Amino acid sequence: MYKLLLCWRYLRTRYIALVCIISVTLGVATMIVVNSVMAGFTHEMQDRLNGMLGDLIFRSRSLDGVLDAEAHMAQIRQVAGEAIAGMSPTVHVPALMYLTVGGELLPRQITLVGIDEQTYASVSSFGKYLQHPENRRQLQFRLRDGGYDVVDHQADASVAKPRTVMKNAGWPWRRYKSMIDRQRADEQRLLESNAAATGSAAAAPAATQNPFQQMAAAHGEAEPEGRDFDPASEQHAGIVLGIGICGFRMPDGSDQFLGLPGDDVKVSYPLSVVPPEITSHDYTIVDFYESKMSEYDGSFAFVPLRTLQKNRGMIDPKTGLGKFTTIQIKLRPGADAEAVRDRLQNAFPAQLYQVSTWRDEQGPLLAAVHMETMVLNVLLFLIIAVAGFGILAIFCMIVVEKTRDIGILKSLGASRSGVMGIFLGYGLCLGLVGAGVGTGLGLLFVAKINEIADLLARLTGQPVFDPAVYYFYRIPTIVEPLTVTWVAAGAVAIAVLASVLPARRAARLHPVRALRYE
Amino acid sequence: MSNLLDTSVAPPWVSSRRSTGAAAALDHAAAAGARRAIHLACRGLQKSYRKGPLGIPVLQGIDLDVREGEFLAIVGPSGCGKSTLLHLLGTLDQPDAGVVTFEGHRIDDLPAAARDLLRNRHFGMVFQFYHLLPELTTLENVLAPALIAESTIGYWLRRSAHRRRAWELLELVGLAHRARHKPRELSGGEMQRAAIARALLSRPKVLLADEPTGNLDRSTGEQIMHILGELNRRERLTIVMVTHDPWIAGQADRTVHLAEGRIQQG
Ligand SMILES: Nc1ncnc2c1ncn2[C@@H]1O[C@H](COP(=O)(O)OP(=O)(O)O)[C@@H](O)[C@H]1O
Ligand SMILES: [Mg+2]
Repeated sequence: MYKLLLCWRYLRTRYIALVCIISVTLGVATMIVVNSVMAGFTHEMQDRLNGMLGDLIFRSRSLDGVLDAEAHMAQIRQVAGEAIAGMSPTVHVPALMYLTVGGELLPRQITLVGIDEQTYASVSSFGKYLQHPENRRQLQFRLRDGGYDVVDHQADASVAKPRTVMKNAGWPWRRYKSMIDRQRADEQRLLESNAAATGSAAAAPAATQNPFQQMAAAHGEAEPEGRDFDPASEQHAGIVLGIGICGFRMPDGSDQFLGLPGDDVKVSYPLSVVPPEITSHDYTIVDFYESKMSEYDGSFAFVPLRTLQKNRGMIDPKTGLGKFTTIQIKLRPGADAEAVRDRLQNAFPAQLYQVSTWRDEQGPLLAAVHMETMVLNVLLFLIIAVAGFGILAIFCMIVVEKTRDIGILKSLGASRSGVMGIFLGYGLCLGLVGAGVGTGLGLLFVAKINEIADLLARLTGQPVFDPAVYYFYRIPTIVEPLTVTWVAAGAVAIAVLASVLPARRAARLHPVRALRYE
Repeated sequence: MSNLLDTSVAPPWVSSRRSTGAAAALDHAAAAGARRAIHLACRGLQKSYRKGPLGIPVLQGIDLDVREGEFLAIVGPSGCGKSTLLHLLGTLDQPDAGVVTFEGHRIDDLPAAARDLLRNRHFGMVFQFYHLLPELTTLENVLAPALIAESTIGYWLRRSAHRRRAWELLELVGLAHRARHKPRELSGGEMQRAAIARALLSRPKVLLADEPTGNLDRSTGEQIMHILGELNRRERLTIVMVTHDPWIAGQADRTVHLAEGRIQQG
């Protein structure tokens, strides 16, 4: 009983012990915050990674692809049909895309993905990252009349800066652009005729201004032949661009766009022939997708599968069957992705096909994040361990200070284990209080982390969490009760361990020597 | 009265080992026509403090009998080993040679747990420097032996009985109005009275007092001596007190002198 009483009194009267508590508290709070934020980021990232990729990716090793997705899908279904919820064939090809900004051509290196808009939604949550509400329900590669999101639908309206230019996106923008273009062409013609009239030949030939007209002409498969293409009322095949390809975020969180739905882009990619040849086609931007994974948002562009197959010459003229490079597979919930992967890989020759899970695809990235979390945890735990040494030192001091009291207790019949219990209990109390307060502080910090980030940003004038870098508006957090429990238990254990040595010293004090101690 | 020496029923603090040698001789001596039963005794006690290879002999063979209900004063100059002797009698320390017996049982070689119990239940100790715990109030200090003896649950079950006893003792030493004060708020005399109350809490049979008035002025010292005298007379408490002050020693029933590590006749 006296152990509890003395522990309590020592806690209340030894303010130096508070120093130990504070270091334990801060360590625990930091660990909880870091783990929650890391877990939040990891979850967000995994969610989006998995959302963009199917659960399993069945890939032909040939860039040119292989024929007949239906036959392959039938065979896949035969091997592992019970685990499969949906499949969709796609064509992946590296490509170069040209945006026209202020009359200049801006090249962009992209991965062009041909998708089947009917089935792609069944394997990927790609659809929910689109900017037009109708497209989110069912993607169509047709330009919409307007109604694109002005505010990022994935963010709180209170924090996301509105994208006012998106108000005009769609057909209104396309009509406006074509009108401007026509005016400019008229002016150009006027200038040229003036120049011709004054006898100057300085004006460059119109044809050299746009190299693509030549290239397209060379392949003889430009836009609808036989009649003029009217940009004010017609569109090219639709293309959905990653928002990072033709936009960027300013440090203040607002978005700038280099093109809008309704603009045309030119895309060059290799034809499916040997030796490879380059071909180019016009596409009309019909929507953006924003997965918030800059890796995807900055490099992926989606076009209709059939169009891409046709444009790249991937359709067998005899049978009319198209080639594909990948089949995205969605598994039923609870299916073991690794097991299905292995079954499929065994069923198909490994020289020609590669089967991988989305985790395999993103392995290095996931491993890096995991590693980062581990290292951070080790470092932070070392901080708590340092706090443990602080407890050890201060406890030794307290034992020395309390030497006479220990003698008194022994003269009153306290046992060795009883005296030891006082100091172990003291350590336990410190650990419990420190870990408890630390857990509370950490959880509070996690709950209010965005408010705190805002406040810090206002105080320092520097954004703590720069949306231009991370693409999220808010810091994502996930509190894992198991992690919190472990951290708190670890801190308590360290506090108790650190008090073992001083407690043993106290227990071993000779009562007479302790009583004579001045 | 001889049943106190009856070793057939061992008290709880005694291990199953029988007392031997000098202790048996002591039993015999006690039985041979003593006025009262010998309560606490020692034979041939030796103690030296080692400093490097050299031992400084402090006690060189002390023989002492304390009878039941006796108020014994041990007088000697400072540094002659009075505290050392008292610590040995109270099992706080162990002698190099010799035996200590309590109620006929050898106690100096008991295991630690039994000695802890003995100090907690059967011996009360009072020191020159009061030795109160500074973090506890006067009342809690007085309750300390009960707090140490009881488990947490046990204490809460018998809490009111313990507290009643503590209040009684505080009233006995005239400190009831100071119960909630911390030791640093008390005067020396008050602290010593609190220490006496603490020593009496578990109704010990023997009170060991190490210069209880050594740090007090004459009149406060007299107060303390008055309390000790009353306890001895009314409760028939056995008291062993060491002091360097002959006047204080004069209050006791019997005085022995300690010098050069031996009891001089007195
Ligand atoms: N731990 C120790 N080491 C060495 N000498 C000691 C120690 N404790 C006490 N002494 C010596 O033993 C002698 C007796 O001490 P003590 O019993 O306190 O005397 P008293 O109480 O009569 O004044 C003194 O000379 C003291 O210096
Ligand atoms: Mg002394």
